[in-house]
Amino acid sequence: MTMTSETKDYKWVGTSPVRPDGNDKVTGRAMFGADLMLPGMLVGKVLRSPHAHATIKSIDTSKAEALPGVKAVITSDDVEDMESAWVAAGELQLNYRDLSYNVMANGKVLYDGHAVAAVAATSSAIANAALDLIDVDYEVLPHVIDVEEALEPDAPILHDDMFTEGVTPTPDKPSNVFKEFDIALGDVEAGFAKADLIIERKFKSAPVHQGYLEPHAAVASFGEDGQAELWCCTQGHFSVRAYCAKLLGMDIADLRVTASEIGGGFGGKTTVYLEPVALMLSRKAGKPVRAVMTREDVFRASGPTSGATSWVKVGVTNDGKIVAGEAIFKYQAGAFAGSPIGPGCMCAYAPYDIENVKVKGYDVVTNRPKVAAYRAPGAPISEHAVESVLDEISKKLGMDPIELREKNAAREGTQAAYGPKFGPIGFADTLAAAKAHPHYSAPLGPNQGRGVASGFWFNIGGSSSATVNVNEDGTLALATGSPDIGGSRASMAIMAAETLGIDATDVRPIVADTASIAYTFLTGGSRVTFATGMAVIEASKKIALELRERAAKTWDISVDAVVWEDGKATPAGANAGEFEPLSLADLAAKMNQTGGPISTAVSLNAEGAGPGFGTHICDVEVDRETGAVKILRYTAVQDCGQAIHKAYVEGQIQGGAVQGIGWALNEEYIYNDEGRLENAGFLDYRIPVASDLPMIDTVIVEVANPNHPYGVRGVGEVPIIPPMGTVANAIDSAIGIRMTELPMSPPKVLAALDNGS
Amino acid sequence: MAKMHVSTTVNGEPTEFLCEPQQTILDVLRDELRLTGSKEGCSTGDCGACSVTMDGRLVCSCLVLGAEAEGHEIETIEGMADGDTLHPLQQKFLERAALQCGICTPGFLIAAKSLLERNPNPSETEVRYWLAGNLCRCTGYDKIIRAVLECAADMRGASA
Repeated sequence: MTMTSETKDYKWVGTSPVRPDGNDKVTGRAMFGADLMLPGMLVGKVLRSPHAHATIKSIDTSKAEALPGVKAVITSDDVEDMESAWVAAGELQLNYRDLSYNVMANGKVLYDGHAVAAVAATSSAIANAALDLIDVDYEVLPHVIDVEEALEPDAPILHDDMFTEGVTPTPDKPSNVFKEFDIALGDVEAGFAKADLIIERKFKSAPVHQGYLEPHAAVASFGEDGQAELWCCTQGHFSVRAYCAKLLGMDIADLRVTASEIGGGFGGKTTVYLEPVALMLSRKAGKPVRAVMTREDVFRASGPTSGATSWVKVGVTNDGKIVAGEAIFKYQAGAFAGSPIGPGCMCAYAPYDIENVKVKGYDVVTNRPKVAAYRAPGAPISEHAVESVLDEISKKLGMDPIELREKNAAREGTQAAYGPKFGPIGFADTLAAAKAHPHYSAPLGPNQGRGVASGFWFNIGGSSSATVNVNEDGTLALATGSPDIGGSRASMAIMAAETLGIDATDVRPIVADTASIAYTFLTGGSRVTFATGMAVIEASKKIALELRERAAKTWDISVDAVVWEDGKATPAGANAGEFEPLSLADLAAKMNQTGGPISTAVSLNAEGAGPGFGTHICDVEVDRETGAVKILRYTAVQDCGQAIHKAYVEGQIQGGAVQGIGWALNEEYIYNDEGRLENAGFLDYRIPVASDLPMIDTVIVEVANPNHPYGVRGVGEVPIIPPMGTVANAIDSAIGIRMTELPMSPPKVLAALDNGS
Repeated sequence: MAKMHVSTTVNGEPTEFLCEPQQTILDVLRDELRLTGSKEGCSTGDCGACSVTMDGRLVCSCLVLGAEAEGHEIETIEGMADGDTLHPLQQKFLERAALQCGICTPGFLIAAKSLLERNPNPSETEVRYWLAGNLCRCTGYDKIIRAVLECAADMRGASA
């Protein structure tokens, strides 16, 4: 279902044509990260730490090097030590020394699975045998897994040089807190003084993995002249190029990175793990090297997102007006600084118009893998806590939960606590659509309950590039620098076709490598359809102008006397003269006679991303014997600004909602007393499967973003935010128990039922 | 260790290969026969991305040794289309946007084909349970389930 506020006369925008890259993906022809094979290619494998925290006293690789078939062995000795420096990496910040130490442990291992050495050999079996022959002498240190324990005064310290930032004066002792983060608006004490009802709650959420089905993979080929090629599954091949060039001490021009087809990323493929290792092995061995993670490696050493503890306090008056909101969030970052605590704090109260807000955040290191971005990084954790407390308030006040949200919803002009005043936004529209949906008034049975929760994500813009080349027959070659993780080539083709008035099937979109197109920031933050889309639209407009000029030249009239309409150049009016319209194919056929090939390149930094809001409704049934929670019905409403490819917008919403359901009910990292991950596989780390779920209904609300030619806001991040609150609120409605810890797995629900609390 | 010689049939073609004793059919398909349409998502039989059929039976190719293929018929995603004509399931997945990243798609298609060969008229619940061994992280399964149900209905209509 789509609800738009205005009538639009689009031919392609908002439709669902078959994706241009689809055929290769249903026939097995599409080439993903692990699918490339080069002549003479070696197998690269990584040795990983079995300890959560240990000093590396020595590494002896001599026996591995002596094994026939082994062509290269590397350790941190092969990695140049970096100075500590922070750079932007998606919605997160990244430190090159930390990145280098995460790629290959230096002096200490900081988590179970931390890379300590790597080999390249002529076969997988020989590489595995070589790993067994590497002798690492560890001195095991005390470790800390839990975020609250990491904050204790006597906690094991991961980094001797970590002195908390964001506090004055700077502490004189190191701790596991990298940074404190504060947001304040108004006066929360004064706000709480006006409240008739104040509810405060503590929450805990487990770290969850992005769970992309394709393990990380890279194929590197380093030439004797110092130039290298890298093929890998990544959300940002320009970021990979920058990171790898830095870690290997290369000029950026000497490294060409091709983004393979990517088997899911969700934020987890925005950094590097194997890529620089494969390059270092290839440089040392003088042959191409392919390195692929096992699923166990993926769980132990990539992703996940933060686990966290949260404390939320909200005050309301009896008529449901929120007068103050306060919160403290402690996000674990894993072994190195840099959890998504910033966006977590900023998003917590962003959906609501509240005069008094105070949020404090802590970025805490623990002996776990360094967290990576995961769909709306940070937001699901903080918003789950706030949305749970709002549900409790609505129940205490006897007020409909959507009505409570409508009373407090941020609207155009609302001052957000994190900084900006909102422009046109569609939050209230999502609430109205949810309230009007038949799901919201459908009857429920015993042990069943309904929950509602909302979510906010900024959406982002940033740097993007696109080129359009007109082919001799009038079809178009469209290239962008944005890896396609969910159908973006289809939406790019649609926007080019709509702008030029031609058929989307006449546009062949590709993802170009780093040498073939200008810099493009990574695929993430719900930026591609907005920002790269802008580059595509601008490029298409420039092509239309060029086509008008070619027609003007053909007719020997002024370019101002030619208009481009419905894919054809036409005289602007009677005064321009009488000429038969010239189609793109007509003009393309003659382009070499009218001035040469027609092509254009556009690079831009897109500003004015439109914030996204969603509201979800969920019905659950709780099995009182087992504590299992069954999702009976699920509806996700979201303001996307404008859906470009409608079916893939629905798909983003459905997929995000189901990842959120997994976060709510099943998924968690389980560590034993030694700090080793005990569930590093899909059997024990249980992502939702088809039989766990009902259909996921979607309602696309379209409140146009005025800063995009077609009104696009972006879609991918928002849908993962509301589910945890929605499911928790539904469970509370079903059994009258407020679950405050994620995942709400059967043992926890059963224990809560047994305790009656 | 000496490699083993195996004679088998892959997508209808008589095929011989040499493999190490520990190599799985998935390893052989991908690394020896260069049929990379079958994907390795876990190597423990949990994700279904490597689904193939062996004498018509749906298996995870990561759980069967290459040597066990001797004398058997293997069907992979590369053999699903008939020349340049896609199988109705392949076509339906495209039309109904039942894939996003596409890494799980070959496994889902092989598994769904196997279901419809056994049960041309499955209920939604039957489709969801049959495909419960195939993980997808992008779609939330909605469009996959709808595509399989709709394709089953089309195929019943065509054969009626």
